[in-house]
Amino acid sequence: MSAVEAPVPVAGGVAIPAQPERSEGAFRQMARRFVKHKLAVVGFVVTLLLIFIAIFAPWLSPHSPYAVTAEFSAAPSASHWLGTDQVGRDVLARLLYATRVAVIVGFGTVAIYVTFGTVVGLLSAYLGGWVDLIVMRVTDMFMAFPYMMVILVVVSVLGPTLGTLVLVLALFSWPSIARLVRGSVLTLKQMDYVKAGIALGLSTPRIVFRHILPNALAPIIVNATFGVAAAIMAESGLSFLGMGVQPPTASWGNMLTDAQSISVMTDQPWLWLPPGIMILVTVLAINFVGDGLRDALDPKQ
Amino acid sequence: MLTYVIRRVLIAIPVLFGITIMNFVIINLAPGNPVDMYMTPDTPPELLELRKEQLGLNDPIIVQYFKWLGQLLSGNLGYSFSTSESVGSLIGERLGQTMLLGIAALILGLLIALPIGIMSAVKQNSKFDYLMTGLSFVGTSIPQFFLGLLCIYIFAVQLGWLPVGGTETLGGGGGLGDRLWHMVLPSIALAVGIAGRKVRYIRASMLDVLKQDYLRTARAKGLKEFIVTNKHALRNALIPVITVVGMEIPMLFGGAVIVEQLFQWPGIGQLTIQSILSRDYSTIMGLNLVAAIVVLGANLLTDIFYSVADPRIKYH
Repeated sequence: MSAVEAPVPVAGGVAIPAQPERSEGAFRQMARRFVKHKLAVVGFVVTLLLIFIAIFAPWLSPHSPYAVTAEFSAAPSASHWLGTDQVGRDVLARLLYATRVAVIVGFGTVAIYVTFGTVVGLLSAYLGGWVDLIVMRVTDMFMAFPYMMVILVVVSVLGPTLGTLVLVLALFSWPSIARLVRGSVLTLKQMDYVKAGIALGLSTPRIVFRHILPNALAPIIVNATFGVAAAIMAESGLSFLGMGVQPPTASWGNMLTDAQSISVMTDQPWLWLPPGIMILVTVLAINFVGDGLRDALDPKQ
Repeated sequence: MLTYVIRRVLIAIPVLFGITIMNFVIINLAPGNPVDMYMTPDTPPELLELRKEQLGLNDPIIVQYFKWLGQLLSGNLGYSFSTSESVGSLIGERLGQTMLLGIAALILGLLIALPIGIMSAVKQNSKFDYLMTGLSFVGTSIPQFFLGLLCIYIFAVQLGWLPVGGTETLGGGGGLGDRLWHMVLPSIALAVGIAGRKVRYIRASMLDVLKQDYLRTARAKGLKEFIVTNKHALRNALIPVITVVGMEIPMLFGGAVIVEQLFQWPGIGQLTIQSILSRDYSTIMGLNLVAAIVVLGANLLTDIFYSVADPRIKYH
């Protein structure tokens, strides 16, 4: 891929070509490779569907997810398609609204940690020396933490609100992408066009952001996609343990907490099977997209 | 080699320090403190103050940290704020249980992943390959607690084949068979994720190796395909897989928390949740330290093994 003057952002197969004649060839190639993976395409469609549900949840759900009705623990019926939970709230409505939580956590976490991690990785690799050393040790430190355990501690300390959750998840995800970007940049630093840029006297920010970054984008995008899935999984796990999103706000994870009681598990499967399936489908779809992107953006694989 | 190991260990020490400091800082950001757990409506505040004083909670944070560090260096991990047991013994009792589960899950996961990965590579792009790829994705995408719930629902409740939780049957003999029986479901819950992740790596690694010329030579010499794949190719394909298996160990600690909670398995994960809920700072510090050491140790061992197994690797 030759250096382009302006970055060509690619996300999920939709790209904004900076120079239509030159870039469209690369974009078309990538899109074609992506489309060859049927699972990835299915995953992409499902992801779009989920985002749609998240945005239009209020219009799609028949009841409010907070409304307590007289019939609690009711089996699925005509008025409550998925039944009601122990407090009397409509399960389907909670399921749909929980999509919002998943989307916010997934994309929010990734947006934060990818931005932060990429900048750190770029700087660390490009500046080298002491900066690099310190950054490497810090990432070592973060990566040595057993993820779940430490997140539990932090969330229990700071309080389980959606915002804290997103920040904490991002806090423990940035090291891996920083390392990834650093590795990419270290390789790219050796490329001739970068050396030419330096020889020409181009300023450091210009070289970093206009020549190096666009070519390092592919693994970042792939990592980010998988990151969304991982964030959603992590949030649902935390909510399941009671340390994530708290009721009455609905999250697929906290809808599963009550199923730990055997009686709920056996007698009211409508309470826990749908949210569990939703998590599975969502994470699966996003993982398929990530896999497709990985193959589309890096043909060497 | 030896210098490499020493260097790694030396570098690990400041990392460990950093971890303990971070832990201490985070824990002390918490509103409330362990003494609040003892409070009842008519507890005189002087008593709480006294207890706080006893536990050393009124000292400035830096003093608290160095006191803890000093104790640590003399081999004492401190005492649990809730049960007053030594943290070391608390962790010691439970670490074994978690490791047992972890090792069982790892072995099970690899037993599943290896044959599938190898066959998928040998039969690349066949229906089998696509099916297995899809299934491995499902394995990594299913949340462990959901899988655990499903397992309990299907195998324990509906079919009654396996127990719902715990390590042994109450009042039972507690023999090896009984404990293994109890280990099945939690191990499966952990192993499926592991298998899903490993299948892709094993397959990719085998694919790389299968292209190699030395295998063509082996076939030309007349060796049976089975031997070519499973003896010559596999040995070399496994090397990068070892590194990845090493990466599973930190993930096992994470998975342990959820699975242990679900199956009431008395391991480190359960202890973590209990001590977080009761704000048992000393136990939390001890747990995180032990976990960090295990993770760093596992990384180091994996790297060493990797360099031993593959003589082409040189560490500068």
